[in-house]
Amino acid sequence: MKKLINDPADVVPEALRGLAAAHPELRVDHENRVVFRGDAPRQGKVGLVSGGGSGHEPMHAGFVGVGMLDAACAGEVFTSPVPDQMAAATRGVDGGAGVLHIVKNYTGDVMNFEMAAELVQAESDTEVVSVVTDDDVAVQDSLYTAGRRGVGVTVLVEKLAGAAAEEGRPLAAVADIAKRVNVNGRSMGMALTSCTVPAAGRPTFDLPDDEMEIGIGIHGEPGRRRVPLAPAREVAEMLVEPVLSDLDMTGGDGVIAFVNGMGGTPLLELYLMYAEVVAVLEKAGVGVARNLVGSYMTSLDMAGCSVTLLKADDELLRLWDAPVRTPSLRWGA
Amino acid sequence: MSAVDAAALTAWVREFARLVHEQRDALTQLDAAIGDADHGANLDRGMTAAVAALEAQPADDPAAVLKTVATTLIKTVGGASGPLYGTFFLRAAGALDGDDGRALAAAVRAGYDGVVARGKAERGDKTMLDALGPATDALDEALAAGKPLGEALGAAAQAAAAGRDATEPLVARKGRASYLGERSAGHVDPGAASTTLLVEAAATALAGRG
Repeated sequence: MKKLINDPADVVPEALRGLAAAHPELRVDHENRVVFRGDAPRQGKVGLVSGGGSGHEPMHAGFVGVGMLDAACAGEVFTSPVPDQMAAATRGVDGGAGVLHIVKNYTGDVMNFEMAAELVQAESDTEVVSVVTDDDVAVQDSLYTAGRRGVGVTVLVEKLAGAAAEEGRPLAAVADIAKRVNVNGRSMGMALTSCTVPAAGRPTFDLPDDEMEIGIGIHGEPGRRRVPLAPAREVAEMLVEPVLSDLDMTGGDGVIAFVNGMGGTPLLELYLMYAEVVAVLEKAGVGVARNLVGSYMTSLDMAGCSVTLLKADDELLRLWDAPVRTPSLRWGA
Repeated sequence: MSAVDAAALTAWVREFARLVHEQRDALTQLDAAIGDADHGANLDRGMTAAVAALEAQPADDPAAVLKTVATTLIKTVGGASGPLYGTFFLRAAGALDGDDGRALAAAVRAGYDGVVARGKAERGDKTMLDALGPATDALDEALAAGKPLGEALGAAAQAAAAGRDATEPLVARKGRASYLGERSAGHVDPGAASTTLLVEAAATALAGRG
C-alpha cells in the first residue's frame, strides 16, 4: 500500500484537520467529526445534514456551505458515522425550521440516522425528516432486499434541496424536492480497478488488467458482473442503457447529466466519457439540460466512473442554477 | 455454583473482545469477499473501547455491564455492526433480571429480538441472525432440558457455528452483500462469523456459572 498517510487509524481526523485549515469559512467539530457551515445554525432556515463513511471525498464535507449542506458527519472509511455524531450535527444546524437528514441507502447509514433522529426527538421539539437516496440501477430493488444503493443522485439531492432550503422554503417542501430528485434520478457505475482501504492495506478485490466490473457501488464492493475491458464508447452504453431502461428520460426539459469519477480516473478520461454519454443520449432522444463532470463521490483510489441522469423540470433547473458556495461545488455566489 | 454476575459478564465481554482482536483480519477478509472489508477493524475498535470503558468504570450491576458495552459500541463502531451489536447488548441489558442461566437466556432472547427489529432481516437472509437465531434457540432448549449453563452455552456455540457455516451457499438478501446478488453465494457471512465468536466467548467465559 502506498498512500500519503501517517497512521491508518488517524486518516479521518487528520484529513478533517486539513479541511479545517483549508476552509476557515467552515467550522469543524473535531470531537464529533462534524463539519458545519460557519454561520450554522441559521435562524428560520431548514438545516440540511448528511454524512456517511469517509473515502468518498469531496462528498459530503466538500458540499457544506451556502446553497448546499449545513453539516456533514464523517464516519470511518466506508463506515457509517455513529448516532452521536448525527445528533450533534442535527442540534448544531437547528434554526427552528426543522432538519432534513439526507441518507444514502446502506443498512448502516439508515440505522444510525434512525437512531440519531430518535435521540434528538427524545430530548427536543426539533422536527427531523429523513430522505433516503436509492438510485443505483445495478441493484435489483425488491421488498426482500436492502434495496438499491444511494449513489450519484445524492450529490444532486444535496445541491437541489440545499438551494430550496436557502430560499427559505419550509421543511416539507425541501423534503419534497429531495424526494423528487431521488425518484427521478438513476445511476450506474463501473470500475477499472479496486480500491485500497487504509486499514486493510491491500485492494478490496482483484481485478485483472483486461477486465472491468460493471455495477459497482462506492465502497469498493465488487459489482454484479465482470466483463472484458471495452472501449469508452461501449462502456458509456453499458452505463447509460440500464439507466434509461429503468426510467424513461425522453421528453420534458431534458436531463441533468452527471459523469462522476471514482477517485483514480483523470479528468481527461471523464470528459472523454462525458462525450460518449452525450452521444448515447442523443441517439436515445434524450436532451441534456445541465451537466456535472468530475470526481464528486469517490471510492478512495478506485479507477472508474458512474453516470447519473436526473429527469429535470423548470423548477429543478432553476434550483440547479441557484448560487452555491462550498469547497467543492461553487457557482453564482 | 457461582452466579452470572457482573464479573462473569465482564469476563464474557473480555473474551469476545479477545476473539474479535485475534480474528480481526479473518473477519475483514470475509467482508472483503462480499462487503467492504471493514468488519474486523470496526468490531475490534468497538470491543477494545468497550473493554476500556469497563475497566475505567467497573460495574457491580450485571445489567450495567451490558449497557456500557451497548452504548460504547453504538458510539464507536458505526456501520451496520454498531447499531446491531449495540442494540443486542442494550436490549439484553434491559431484559436482564436475575443472575442465573435462565435470566441470561432471557436477556439473550431479548437481544436477538432487538437485532431482528433494528435490522429488519430474517433468518436465511445471510446475516448475523443466521448464527444468533439458532444459538438463542439452542440455549433455551438446553436449559429447558435441565442442562447446566456451561453445557447449554456449548450447545449454543455449536448451533451458532453451524448457522454460520450454513450461510456460505446463501444469496444475501440484507446488508451490503445483498448488492452482489448471486455473487454473494459461496462465502460465509462476516456478521454470522463474528456472532459465533460472541457465543463461543460466552461458552468459554461462563462455563461453570449459573
